[in-house]
Amino acid sequence: MNGKNILLVGVGGQGIVLASEIMSEFFRRVGYDVKKSEVHGMAQRGGIVSSHVKIGEKVYSPMIEKGKADIMLSFEKMETLRWLYYVKPDGVIVSSNVKIVPPIVSTGEFVYPEDVEESILKERPDAKILDIQSALKELGNDKVTNVIMIGALSTMFGFSPEKWLEVIKEAVPKKVVDVNVEAFKKGRSLMGS
Amino acid sequence: MKVLLSGNEAIARGAYEYGCVFAAAYPGTPSTEILENISQYKEIKCQWSPNEKVATEVAIGASFAGGRALCAMKHVGVNVAADPLMTLSYIGVKGGFIIVSADDPGMHSSQNEQDNRNYAKFAKIPLLEPSDSQEAKDFVGYGFEISEKFDTPVLIRLTTRTSHGKGIVELGDRKEVKVKGFERDFTKYVALPMNARKRRFVVEEREKRLKEYVEKCELNRIEEGKGNIGFITSGISYVHLKEVLPDAPILKLGMPYPLPIEKIKNFVKRFDKVIVVEELDPFLEEQIKAHGIEVYGKEFFPEIGEFSPEVVRNGLYKAGVLKEENKVEVKEKAIPRPPVFCPGCPHLGIFYALKRARAKIVTGDIGCYTLAAIKPFEIMDTCVCMGASIGNAIGMEKVLGSGKGIAAVIGDSTFVHSGITGLIEAVYNKSTITIVISDNSITAMTGGQPDVRTGFNCEGEETKRMDFKELAEAIGVEHVYVVNPINMDDTFKIVKRELEADHLSLIISQAPCVLYPQKVKREKFYVELENCTGCALCSKIGCQAIYRTEEKTEKGHYKWDIDVALCTGCGLCIQLCKFDAIRPISRKGE
Ligand SMILES: Cc1ncc(C[n+]2csc(CCOP(=O)(O)OP(=O)(O)O)c2C)c(N)n1
Repeated sequence: MNGKNILLVGVGGQGIVLASEIMSEFFRRVGYDVKKSEVHGMAQRGGIVSSHVKIGEKVYSPMIEKGKADIMLSFEKMETLRWLYYVKPDGVIVSSNVKIVPPIVSTGEFVYPEDVEESILKERPDAKILDIQSALKELGNDKVTNVIMIGALSTMFGFSPEKWLEVIKEAVPKKVVDVNVEAFKKGRSLMGS
Repeated sequence: MKVLLSGNEAIARGAYEYGCVFAAAYPGTPSTEILENISQYKEIKCQWSPNEKVATEVAIGASFAGGRALCAMKHVGVNVAADPLMTLSYIGVKGGFIIVSADDPGMHSSQNEQDNRNYAKFAKIPLLEPSDSQEAKDFVGYGFEISEKFDTPVLIRLTTRTSHGKGIVELGDRKEVKVKGFERDFTKYVALPMNARKRRFVVEEREKRLKEYVEKCELNRIEEGKGNIGFITSGISYVHLKEVLPDAPILKLGMPYPLPIEKIKNFVKRFDKVIVVEELDPFLEEQIKAHGIEVYGKEFFPEIGEFSPEVVRNGLYKAGVLKEENKVEVKEKAIPRPPVFCPGCPHLGIFYALKRARAKIVTGDIGCYTLAAIKPFEIMDTCVCMGASIGNAIGMEKVLGSGKGIAAVIGDSTFVHSGITGLIEAVYNKSTITIVISDNSITAMTGGQPDVRTGFNCEGEETKRMDFKELAEAIGVEHVYVVNPINMDDTFKIVKRELEADHLSLIISQAPCVLYPQKVKREKFYVELENCTGCALCSKIGCQAIYRTEEKTEKGHYKWDIDVALCTGCGLCIQLCKFDAIRPISRKGE
């Protein structure tokens, strides 16, 4: 059983914590030891969110060591840029192409960088930037980035999609089960599965 | 059955399984979820108290009545609870008593990073320090047992990562423990000097017995390993160390106070060198050294900030244990995302009024409204601890010679926590400042726990809502005004008049939080961009739903728009727009 460090990053309100809950529960059920951590509190008021999920035979620290993430799932493209340094040189980077401009730019003090996707690819040519913006439109729900990302993650492990969907269906509100099932499939197809 | 639980959920589960019958807390990150989760177990009566001191006192009462009781708070909360705690150490318990302190190394959401292990030594009470969720649950069981066996309160100390980190926990059933009932015992329960002097010796005797106990206690265990360097560690530092050096010989202290000195001596003897790995203060290191035992520690590891695997790795590199350090550098390629007020937050209206009325000094307090200290308002000038705003303003007034233009701003939960005494101080010592309670009728900062203004309690039952106006009048405040901060002009007029007045005034700015107890639903607003003149007045209220577009007017001013998805329809911005550019959604397409 190979250990993996999975880093989820994005902005408050994107459902990152739920995504990491679903993953952790999934890996627990298929027999991994799991630890996860994130910081609650001030970060939730429109701030940066990062969640660490660690799986393996036996996991000690709930925190991923800097530069040791095997997989990064980024829900927002500037956040991908921010956290690139956290990923192993041969780690997998999956990024949304969604842009969320922080309110601070209204003060004129900062500008949202323009060539984010180019900068990501310049540093990490193997990074996968998924067209989540279109996917959300297609799905008609802008709250499902988290399950699309779980779909993307599922392609990196050998477990059956049904097993993943089992956990997802239990975790999301009843009213939105269908759209989340679609989102999961979308995530898989965006990864070419 | 095995489940994934956070440390806080595991403490709650432990309280359930080990027969706790009563729990009280005051919210505070990272401790809040402990009571929130306990409230799901019907077998445990629980309540949010107005502050940590009261939470501790009611839990003490529950223990005196013979029930197992627990109280929980963040690290700085223990400062507030310290008064009852220090004397409870002398008195002891009847039902098992646990105080949980959730510390915040690295200050993710706190004003300091005090190391509350020191409280165990200070109060002479046993300290348990879990390293993960399973231990968090188990240690509640040990805690109650030790508490009852040694007639002492027990401190369980978590840190942000043990509180919020999740791990796999094996669940058990609840074991009921009989509530023994209260029995009068004058020499024990009444801490008069004549009794306390005797109890002081009881404490000393207890520490002696505890020191014998910790030598044999299974919570302090040796993990054999490779190499001629040994390690002593506890809490979250243990798991980081195990991650970086899985095969190291370790003395893991689950119960780090009182220290098992004989065990440590024997452990240290076996190695060429022993290194203490502990976050924050050299709490273990100093005590071990005081016994003449040679160990290393803070020469390699920082005393400031939170530990992580890389911090531990780099400490071990410094110590010569590892050949390579973690040199990964943070490169700043993204712009910051500082926290901001929610769109439509009722705090916006009152800060806009204070700014417009040109308040000279605004002493502040802790809550969502502390965001007024940063952009765009930058109007709050101080923040010390909960309740400090009122006292700070009075002190400034006394030294500066006048209270004119000085305002103290405090939230409703914070006012009840420790602002009421400040208000009494203001009346009694003839202050002329302006006190503003920005009352959103909930404890928003920590995730929306009900308080005395909310109308229901921790278990969801309806209860009384406290009337601040009546309270203030009873205290003797003569000028009390209740305003709705959404009505900008009225609010401004009253704020300005009272700031300039030569008397003490209390302005209660009342409007519900937009998130808690439920998200507000109101008609939203949009911008008819054609009408926008780019005056940017609407941007001054600091609402994050209002943003600058790329479009310019003929005069070259940027136009401003509303992100309708974010707008909560508070109606502040529309009062500032003189050009009919901001309109309710129902007028769209007119
Ligand atoms: C002694 C202490 N206990 C708890 C906290 C955590 N805490 C910070 S602000 C706050 C309450 C905020 O509520 P309120 O004053 O109503 O303001 P709001 O956030 O609702 O605007 C709490 C519980 C703290 N900082 N210090």
